[in-house]
Amino acid sequence: MIYSNNATLLRRELITKLAKLFIEGDIKDIDRIPLQIAPRNSVPIRGSIAKDRAILKYMLMALLGYNISDEEDELMTLAEYAKKSLENHNPGKNILTVVDEACSSCIKTNYIVTNLCRGCVARPCTLNCPRHAISFIGGRAKINTDLCVNCGKCMEVCPYHAIVYVPVPCEESCPVKAISKDENGIEHIDNDKCIHCGKCILACPFGAIMAKSQIIKILKRIKTPNEKVIALVAPSIIGQFKASLPSILEGIKRIGFDKVIEVADAAVTVAENETEEFLERMEKGDDFMTTSCCPAYTELVKKHVPQIQKNVSNTRSPMHFSAKYAKEHFPEYSTVFIGPCIAKQFEGIYDECVDNVMNFEELGSLFIAMNIDVSKIDAPEKISNESEIGRWFAASGGVSNAIAATITDPSMVKGLKINGINKKTANLLKIYSKKCPGNFIEVMACEGGCIAGPVTVCNPKVADKQLKKFFEDNKK
Amino acid sequence: MEKKIEIKICIGTLCYVMGGSELQLLAEHLPEKFKKRVDIIGSTCLDYCLDQEKYGKAPFVEINGEVMAEASINKVIDYLIKKY
Ligand code: FES
Repeated sequence: MIYSNNATLLRRELITKLAKLFIEGDIKDIDRIPLQIAPRNSVPIRGSIAKDRAILKYMLMALLGYNISDEEDELMTLAEYAKKSLENHNPGKNILTVVDEACSSCIKTNYIVTNLCRGCVARPCTLNCPRHAISFIGGRAKINTDLCVNCGKCMEVCPYHAIVYVPVPCEESCPVKAISKDENGIEHIDNDKCIHCGKCILACPFGAIMAKSQIIKILKRIKTPNEKVIALVAPSIIGQFKASLPSILEGIKRIGFDKVIEVADAAVTVAENETEEFLERMEKGDDFMTTSCCPAYTELVKKHVPQIQKNVSNTRSPMHFSAKYAKEHFPEYSTVFIGPCIAKQFEGIYDECVDNVMNFEELGSLFIAMNIDVSKIDAPEKISNESEIGRWFAASGGVSNAIAATITDPSMVKGLKINGINKKTANLLKIYSKKCPGNFIEVMACEGGCIAGPVTVCNPKVADKQLKKFFEDNKK
Repeated sequence: MEKKIEIKICIGTLCYVMGGSELQLLAEHLPEKFKKRVDIIGSTCLDYCLDQEKYGKAPFVEINGEVMAEASINKVIDYLIKKY
């Protein structure tokens, strides 16, 4: 499957333009961006230039850290939002926001009567509809979208198969039914259910779901003369760019970070702690233990599968250990975690050691904005192998392998893997709470692991190949 | 023997971030008849990104010296079928 589509690329273009303006000291001109991308005489993508521009404005609002629903005054300019964001705006504790202007393009009900309808005499659709939502207009069945509750009975009973199911991509992708339409037909995210996995961002073909970004706050930190900033880079960075790991890390430094640390170092500690904890728990007679490094998974447990809360490892995530290390050794520095993940942004809000979180898509856009070409950076090719098992955390199966490599007797581990959280695997976890066929479960919300996160720059298949090649080469 | 076709895929950071990573899978998607004829090579920034007005948008690919903007696997294959 093609991973980068026009909606993703548009987002990257916006981040690049925003970052460029900030760096050049021209953030006050931010209101020009929608005009540049959708100029007066261009062909509109969504019906009209005015609508295109409105949507671009809202996307930029999210990139400045706002909920779209925060808008009180339509006349408030992006420049004003930017100013507020740089001063003291508190972005709140939710991460995802829906650009309502861009949404509403999907159908309201999942069932549609096609022109195969013969307007038959029997009309089982009307008879079986529990809501009396089907009437006949011009000899053909019509579903009243105000009444329809998406039960699907009409489709089942139609002898001509004239009624079809049409999915709503974001709703289909959400593993926990956190996104649904409000009375105006616009998608709404229920924060009591949302686990911040970011799957809806990838699924929406209109790019209507945005993660609220911290990019401008991070740039401000970097540009403040006496502020020192450490970048904590997630293991999944390997394979993201067509460049060696040292070159990528050097590129990150050139953005203006004063220090760059691989989170893989801390992941080694996590593997050690989790191994120890696992042994203790088995001794105690626990049925099983699960990993805790994936924040979308821990959120899933908290909100939807509380019965296995006691089985989740108490060891905190590699991001936390890495940030803690940074704060202990370089107390005067701010910490910015850079990863492939939306949920880490949420975790970061609650982590006392993490000041900001940025994603790979933002990193890639920053490289473009600053003319940093990592494929051309000559950095020393040799890197230390000490954190090798920490780097495994980047892909599905990696944490299990790290534990197996740390434990003295690997035969003790009866490992299971949940490679990707979806409606099915979320259910599976509920079953495991009653009867678990193993004693150690690794859970990663994204299929393939962190390298396939929702806000990366590289096609996950390519990233996986590059990651494997990295481990191959590093063995030599 | 049929003439070789050389495809240069830009792996500069700009092209790569703007969708170029997809092109790394080109080799496995090539139709059989082109598999032997085509040489795929990665190239550092080809400098097309410096002039969007003239060359268009990234990612860029060069096929036997001819530049293609907004390159995708499908676009490259369509071009090969038409031209070779
Ligand atoms: S990065 Fe591809 S042409 Fe410059």
